[in-house]
Amino acid sequence: MEHFIDAFKVRQSQGKQFVPDVRAANPVGFRGLPLISNTPCESGCTQCVDDCPTSAIKLSPFSLDLGKCVFCDECARVCPSQKVAFTAGYRLASRTRDGLVVREGNNELTPVEASERIRKIFGRSLKLRSVSAGGCNGCELEINAIANVNFDIGRYGIEIVASPRHSDGVILSGPISANMAAALELCYEGIPEPKFVIAVGACAISGGVFEDSVALDRKFLGRFAPELYVAGCPPHPLSIVNGLLDLLGHADGRW
Amino acid sequence: MTNANVLISKRTDIPTLSYEDFRSKVLDDVKSGSRLVSYFATPVESRPEEIGALQCVMINSGKLEYFRCVVNSDLEYRQLTSELPAFHCFEREIHEQYGLEMPGHPWLKPIRFEGRWLKRMDEYPFYNLAGKEVHEVGVGPIHAGVIEPGHFRFMCFGETVEHLEIHLGYQHRGVEKMLTKTPIRKLSPLIESIAGDSAVAYSLGFCRAMEALCGLKVADEIETIRGIAIELERIAMHLVGLGGIATDVAFLPGSSTYGRLRTAIINLSMRLCGSRFGRSWFRPGELRFPFLQSHREDIRKTLAQFQSDIAIINKLFQESRSVQHRLRTTGIVPPELADEIGLVGIASRSSGLKRDTRSELASGVYKKHPIEMITEPDGDCWARGIVRLREIDVSLDWILKVVETLADVEGGPRVDCIPQPDRRAISIEEGWRGEVIHYLATNGQGELTEYKVQDPSLRNWFGLAQAVKNNAIYDFPICNKSFDLSYCGNDL
Repeated sequence: MEHFIDAFKVRQSQGKQFVPDVRAANPVGFRGLPLISNTPCESGCTQCVDDCPTSAIKLSPFSLDLGKCVFCDECARVCPSQKVAFTAGYRLASRTRDGLVVREGNNELTPVEASERIRKIFGRSLKLRSVSAGGCNGCELEINAIANVNFDIGRYGIEIVASPRHSDGVILSGPISANMAAALELCYEGIPEPKFVIAVGACAISGGVFEDSVALDRKFLGRFAPELYVAGCPPHPLSIVNGLLDLLGHADGRW
Repeated sequence: MTNANVLISKRTDIPTLSYEDFRSKVLDDVKSGSRLVSYFATPVESRPEEIGALQCVMINSGKLEYFRCVVNSDLEYRQLTSELPAFHCFEREIHEQYGLEMPGHPWLKPIRFEGRWLKRMDEYPFYNLAGKEVHEVGVGPIHAGVIEPGHFRFMCFGETVEHLEIHLGYQHRGVEKMLTKTPIRKLSPLIESIAGDSAVAYSLGFCRAMEALCGLKVADEIETIRGIAIELERIAMHLVGLGGIATDVAFLPGSSTYGRLRTAIINLSMRLCGSRFGRSWFRPGELRFPFLQSHREDIRKTLAQFQSDIAIINKLFQESRSVQHRLRTTGIVPPELADEIGLVGIASRSSGLKRDTRSELASGVYKKHPIEMITEPDGDCWARGIVRLREIDVSLDWILKVVETLADVEGGPRVDCIPQPDRRAISIEEGWRGEVIHYLATNGQGELTEYKVQDPSLRNWFGLAQAVKNNAIYDFPICNKSFDLSYCGNDL
């Protein structure tokens, strides 16, 4: 009886934990979507480019590639003209690689357009196999988190499954270490058609901080271009969930 | 004042011994009770493939000690592993990186398939167990959960695991080579990605070593904020471990409650620094984000609620008969074995060993506000769970205590790092998993020419293989989760 009461107390303290509307959440403090002001750069200044750890910034005109960005805030810190300011914006996914580039005067990413083909087949049930290929366990923890009681992707019919044989695609994290390249191929081969790839985090998208390493082999992505890119280092679970819902054409994220 | 968890020396001041003296000192020190921290090789300055020196780091009566020997190409190396098994992983690494021959080494297998071993994953020399009734089960590199890759091969007799071989290297990203090629200003994000679940521990270890190289001093209040950050990381990752253990024994209230309690902690970190993992919170010599009254209030409020919630689930977890049944006496590593194979961190403390560098080498904020070292005697999965549970309580109390000592601290300006020439710096940071080691060396021009990092997992993976021995194969997931080791921390 006492054990039963204790179990009840756990349930009571748990309360309601899920984010009711993943489209309208407010991750206080999150360093997400950068705003690029129209203020001109100081002439000859290259501070942000010099200090960016992943060469994500280009000048004249200014652009910041969120597929490379690790959201370290260094560019915002060193800029003498407050060109960049990071906000809590978490809609950081794109259907295209170029769509991850933020530019002057255009401060939202192009909204992810639903894929008609994917919506039709997977809109009500999408099963994904996670493959970490050199991922540092940051992205892996956040991919795990999308299925926890807070973000709860199960309610949208999305699930991370244990075998490629049960899945509709690969959710890829990590820069693809050479030692993992063969296993990744094998896993993707094992998924029945139709299938697709989702790239999660700066490492999977561009190599991230490991881009220049000789121990990578990223040929896989040359052959199988991702249907969805989710930026971040690691991406916030809200970024992953919203990207997936957009891709599947879910009108809203309420439950 | 120098900190006990950092060692800085001029190259010319480092005790440099002949190989014979070096070898006998290593053996004598360990036998007389010094604790091995690291043993590695560094290259000849202009020839990165060629072995130049052997280096050894120990903790000797509460002090870090570091000595080395210069290696000539005609060295006839005599392996230490047969006598002191704790050296096995270090000698395997030296053999893999420099091809140094080690006649008689009992377990000379690749450690991470780097360099000339790259992409030769199918060449792992598995141990063979023969017999009509013996069968093998291979798992991985890709596992069923959302987890990093690695291959496990079980040699079983019926359901009993006679031997587990752990074949890693799939995560190798060439980290160490990148560390000396990346400009110092851009190093932190790379270092925070060595093992992203320990971003704060790695970042702080780097900060301390770099600050020592540059002669930078850090204000006490920044040290206190660093302490809060790493204890929040510890609490969050211990909750991942407890949630994982609960999931693997099908104790679902634990699985969901520990999961959402972790969310509360990492969201607190995010409100303090912008990242749920404490990334970019710290840089050498800097505090990048302000720490104000509102932040202190947030910590007090969040942790008070957390404290009352976790007590409720901890009670249910510990009193549940199914949890006890699955965890107690499963995956035992007795204290003598843990010591012999050189376990560190929570794995060692769960086998009764007093290995926690926050106490052994207490410095900075841990010297001013000592933190209790938690040990459990039994060395089983239960002990590894309970150590986490108790460490969470200790860290909570500690944070709530030290936060009261802080006044408002504004984020500081950027600090440039200019390392002094011909220096060697070693730092130890007690992350949630165990001690993270950084070794940095500069040449005569003050350029960073040598950089080694060591994750506690390098030493502890062998502990998992030992824990599983003579257990039923279905208990492997619990054993694995109770160690919760880093694949990329080992593979680098």
